[in-house]
Amino acid sequence: MPIASREIVVSNTLGLHARPAMQFVDLANQFASNITVYKGGDEPEQADGKSVMQMIILAATQGTPLRIEADGDDADDAVKKLADLFESKFGEE
Amino acid sequence: MKLKDFIVTDAIVAELKAGDRDGAIRELVQSLAATGALTDETAEEVVTALVNREQNGSTGFGKGVAVPHVKHAKIKKMVGTIGRSATGLDFAALDHQPVYSVVLLLSPDNQPQQHLQAMNIVFSNLQKDIFRRFLRQAATKQAISDLLDEADQGK
Repeated sequence: MPIASREIVVSNTLGLHARPAMQFVDLANQFASNITVYKGGDEPEQADGKSVMQMIILAATQGTPLRIEADGDDADDAVKKLADLFESKFGEE
Repeated sequence: MKLKDFIVTDAIVAELKAGDRDGAIRELVQSLAATGALTDETAEEVVTALVNREQNGSTGFGKGVAVPHVKHAKIKKMVGTIGRSATGLDFAALDHQPVYSVVLLLSPDNQPQQHLQAMNIVFSNLQKDIFRRFLRQAATKQAISDLLDEADQGK
C-alpha cells in the first residue's frame, strides 16, 4: 500500500477546535486510506484522522506542527486535500 | 489542567428534567448561573449561542456523550458543568444514538489555548469506556463529583 505524508502547521487563530476537527474527519472519511495525524514536541501524540474525539484530544493550538499520514491506494490525494484544508484555515481567521 | 479546574461542582445536574437538547442546555446554563458563575442576562445570551452552535453542527460526538460549548465575550472565566439524562436526549449525534451525559463548557472568547486544553481533558476522559459508563451511572451530584476527582487523580 502506498504511504504519503505531509507536514503542516496549524495556522488558524483558534487552533484545531471542534468544528475544524469535524471538518477534517468528514474529509478524511471520504478516503479509503487510513489517516493518522502526528503531533511532535515535548509530548508526542497521534490521532486517528477519522475520529473526532481523538483529533480534539490533540489540542493543536495555532503554530503547532502536525504531520498528516495516509496509508492506502488514495494516500497521495488524501494527504494533499487534508493539507489544503489546514491551508484554508478551515474558513476562519 | 484538571476537570475540577473548570467544572463547577454545585452546578452539576445529576437528573436533568429536560427531555430535549435545547431544554437540557438551558437547564445546565441556568444551573451555572444559580451558582453565580454568570449573570441571568448572560445566561440567556449563552443559551442562544449554544443552541445556534448545535444547529450548525452537533457536539454529540457519539457514544452517548455531547459537549456543547461556546466562546463568548461576556464569559470572563472558563466554566463548565455536567448533566445526566436517564432517558436520553436527541442531540442529532454523529452516531444517531441518544445522549446520556452532557458536558457543557463556556469559554472566554480570547483564550483559545485554554479552551483547547479544557476540551483535551474532557475528551481524554470521555474516550475511556469506564469513565463514560460510570458517568452514565452516577445518580447523584456527589457521585459525579467523586468520579471527576478520581479522573483528575488519574485513577
